[in-house]
Amino acid sequence: MREIQVSKITECVQELSLEAGIRLGEDIVHRLEKAQETEASPQGREVLRKLAENARIAQSESLPICQDTGFAVVFMEIGQDVHFTGGDLREAVNEGIRRGYRKGYFRNSIVGDPLDRKNTDDNTPCVLYTDIVAGDRVKICFAPKGGGSENTSTIRMLPPSSGIQGVKAFVLEQVQSVGANACPPVIVGVGIGGTFEQCALLAKKALFRTAGSRHPNALYARLEQELLEAINRLGIGPAGFGGSTTALGVFIEVYPCHIASLPVAVNMQCHAARHKETII
Amino acid sequence: MNSIEIHTPLTDASVEALHSGDAVLISGILYTARDAAHKRMVETLDRGGALPMDLNGQVLFYAGPTPAKPGRPIGSIGPTTSGRMDAYTPRLLELGLKGVIGKGIRSEEIRKAMLSKRVVYFGAIGGAAALLAQTVRKADVVAYAHLGPEAVYRLEVYHFPALVVYDLHGGNLYREAMAKYGQLV
Repeated sequence: MREIQVSKITECVQELSLEAGIRLGEDIVHRLEKAQETEASPQGREVLRKLAENARIAQSESLPICQDTGFAVVFMEIGQDVHFTGGDLREAVNEGIRRGYRKGYFRNSIVGDPLDRKNTDDNTPCVLYTDIVAGDRVKICFAPKGGGSENTSTIRMLPPSSGIQGVKAFVLEQVQSVGANACPPVIVGVGIGGTFEQCALLAKKALFRTAGSRHPNALYARLEQELLEAINRLGIGPAGFGGSTTALGVFIEVYPCHIASLPVAVNMQCHAARHKETII
Repeated sequence: MNSIEIHTPLTDASVEALHSGDAVLISGILYTARDAAHKRMVETLDRGGALPMDLNGQVLFYAGPTPAKPGRPIGSIGPTTSGRMDAYTPRLLELGLKGVIGKGIRSEEIRKAMLSKRVVYFGAIGGAAALLAQTVRKADVVAYAHLGPEAVYRLEVYHFPALVVYDLHGGNLYREAMAKYGQLV
């Protein structure tokens, strides 16, 4: 049994929130720069150039990449041999967010009740997912999610007869219909299988993949590539101003599903694809 | 890219001259307002009250900034999704607005209403908030301070970059861009 003080979790979450909000991942910066070489539209190239510059300014001046510093989504993988001491784990995570968002001068974007809509003024509570895994380590992944791209996400319970063509048509239809609203160039997280709620979670987890990586299963790797090419033929382009760079990546996560079902979820992610992780 | 410099308050002549796809650099005053501020402004108007600022000739910027660090006028600031303001926009178009800045598609009803009221829709780059913040010279909260990031800010900007999305001649950049660069049926 390994004891971990929850104050350690607070410290880690604080640091991860600051880093995620200010430093865009190298993989995304690299993609934004590479895309300038292939983008067909002059205006599209200008947007990509500005987005790469935005990432540099954010980092050098310690400013948030985007004013929407997001809903704090936290995934924890907790080793089954870990014992948390010194307080409540969920509250420790929330305290890390509270401190990080205050220290970074981040925006508080959470309302305490979806209909009453009063700001909680400290960006809590977070959305916390915990998985129990083997071992005595704790992995924390911090992924703030902006409201604009989250609003363009969707799920559909397809009939199994739809097959791979049905999945492709659904994803393409969604990306096309939301256009500039999702802040392209986007990352498209696709969940296929599982139950209704798990399918959405798969789509969310797909967003944590490194830009440029491919699914280990050849079928899904090919589907990712085909979808990416098809999305980039839609013409939406950077910021929706037209062009050949509408998505920087399409990532699929799958899970077994019921004989009656073919759930497909699309979690749209703007180019400020923020996720940072650490292992304790 | 060549950009057209425009200054707020905008004149009829300056907005008539713009066409969808034009790159502009906006200087002067912008008023921020997003969901909660729109709701309150429309409630105020419905009660017969007056808004905290005169919108005649002005430009609304759909945005909610991050807090300013010490010594800076503002934190990061970029456009939010315009379509969420559609429910409130018709009421505000009556007040002499000349332009709005946001990102994303608006309903056809709103696009047509903006056309008939001679209001230009400018698209800014979503997520370029650290970059766009560099164009802000001064920022003051002029209404609804208790709403925090959703308060109305009066911004003084210099060379704020945007593109004309809906012009006053029926142009629609988002549609034209997909027609020009799209390769799917």
